[in-house]
Amino acid sequence: MSGLLVHQAGPACTVQDLGRPGFLGQGLSRGGAADRLALAEGAALLGQEPGLAALEIAGFGGVFEAACDLRIALTGAPMAAEIDGARVAWNASHALRAGQRLSLGAVRAGCYGYLHLGGGIATPEVLGARAVHLAAGLGRAVVAGDLLPVGPDRGGETGLCLEVEDRFSGGVLRVVEGMQTPLFAPQVRARFEATGFTRGARANRMGVALDCPGAGFAAEGQLAILSEVIVPGDIQMTGDGRPFVLLPECQTTGGYPRIGTVIPCDLPRVAQAPAGAPLRFRFVSRAVALEAEARQARHLAELPRAPRPLVRHPGDIPDLLGYQLISGAISAHHDQQGDSE
Amino acid sequence: MNANAPQTGSGFPVVRPVGLTGMLVSFSDRLEERANRAALAFRAAVEAECKAGVAETATSLASVFLRFDPDTLSHDALGDWLRGLLAVRDWFAAPLPQGRRLIRVPTVYGTALAPQLEEAAAEAGMSPEAAIADLGAARVRVLTIGFAPGQPYLGPLGEAWDLPRQTALTAQVPVGALVLAVRQFVLFAAPAPTGWRHVGQTAFRCFRPEAPAPFALRAGDEMVFEPVSDAAFRRIAAQATDGAGGAVIEEIAE
Repeated sequence: MSGLLVHQAGPACTVQDLGRPGFLGQGLSRGGAADRLALAEGAALLGQEPGLAALEIAGFGGVFEAACDLRIALTGAPMAAEIDGARVAWNASHALRAGQRLSLGAVRAGCYGYLHLGGGIATPEVLGARAVHLAAGLGRAVVAGDLLPVGPDRGGETGLCLEVEDRFSGGVLRVVEGMQTPLFAPQVRARFEATGFTRGARANRMGVALDCPGAGFAAEGQLAILSEVIVPGDIQMTGDGRPFVLLPECQTTGGYPRIGTVIPCDLPRVAQAPAGAPLRFRFVSRAVALEAEARQARHLAELPRAPRPLVRHPGDIPDLLGYQLISGAISAHHDQQGDSE
Repeated sequence: MNANAPQTGSGFPVVRPVGLTGMLVSFSDRLEERANRAALAFRAAVEAECKAGVAETATSLASVFLRFDPDTLSHDALGDWLRGLLAVRDWFAAPLPQGRRLIRVPTVYGTALAPQLEEAAAEAGMSPEAAIADLGAARVRVLTIGFAPGQPYLGPLGEAWDLPRQTALTAQVPVGALVLAVRQFVLFAAPAPTGWRHVGQTAFRCFRPEAPAPFALRAGDEMVFEPVSDAAFRRIAAQATDGAGGAVIEEIAE
């Protein structure tokens, strides 16, 4: 038996990868990780491809046990994490030996945490991907008793960490105009940009509802709009005039008017905004948006070289007395070896 | 826009951006048979060109969507290319796609399985019996696939069926539910809430991820939802394990 045993799992843990592009014409949205950047970060920490599947954990983690020696990485929304009761760092890679237990608590910021395995989670592919797509009925959430199979791990260091920019507390979202933006009067668009929104209570992998004080935002001829294609990032104005930002598991067509589209590199910030987090929208030109995407692409290209050795705080080392502390060099060496087998 | 394509009076067809990596070619802003036909034909033409930078295409009721890579193909270059392709012919006069099929699906109308038949019949000014006869004889076309995997929008139904969506949503209809609004049917591919009225129930699954052909329907296919009794439906539903729900499929000779 090899892989990761699930002893306890939060209510919304699903296996996710980069999703299934190419089925839009068949009514199947791409799906995949709500925070694609987190997938790339986990892959960088483990020195592997970002297309490998990981466990996406919404809100609350669970208890997992290694059924064989594993390398793991933890990315996305930070959670309290322990291996056999000893606290371990987030945005970092660790060794999880056969029989060791990993406990993940509630998110401390953001919404979606990710647990990556060296070699990736190797559940069977359906239609070319492993991503669970709950809305389409493809796969299901992980439950206690599941064994997540692991793919072949080509191995590598653990005990590495990444510096990650905060995307877990809302902020400003860049928006480009789209085909239905002109349906909103200029003063409505200006008020939309000037409004401070908060993330509402309704949020899942399909989309995120936003709240705001005051009047909603209506389009002209709103009720007569023909159902039209939807893309992730689209900002729908639903019946009550409040924005609903669509995420990777959205439906593929919809009849509500869209004031604009959040650009792809800002989508992790939408998905990770916790309930009540402040969000604002700023229209940007296509040129500015494309430059932001190019910068993100450069960041992703550099990620594999970004991980650095984890500097452990003495308080995090459970058996400090067991270490040879006379020579710092030997101690550090020992520490690295201990994490890299 | 071009000499060949007739205008609908408001500047169609029109090419507009969707998000940062999408482009939409719309043939109308309302449901028109010829615009739907134009969209199907134009998508097929775009696909046949295999244009570098175009990642995938899809149709909606009256338009064609292209997802593309702006690093390979700029917005301006794609827009010019699409306008050039639009000018090649009168897309509104294009024929329907080849290889279309007629799919006849056993359907129970009304009863506890489809509780809004009577209400919809009353809205349309018909008796339930007349409504079942009318809906059960209607040969409708798959106008587009969308919202959920493999889920068809079907039409047009007769004028009497131009019913608005309900203001309150039905909390959930099951897979195989036949719902009706605005002269169209939708055959639900997955359980979902809906503002459309649930008039019929089938055992037909539009999305069969385990099957060699996971998506059962294609735009351009035609369907008839043939009335069967509650008892006959239950027998079919119990026997049909392939997801077809007792449907009979034949090729349409062009």
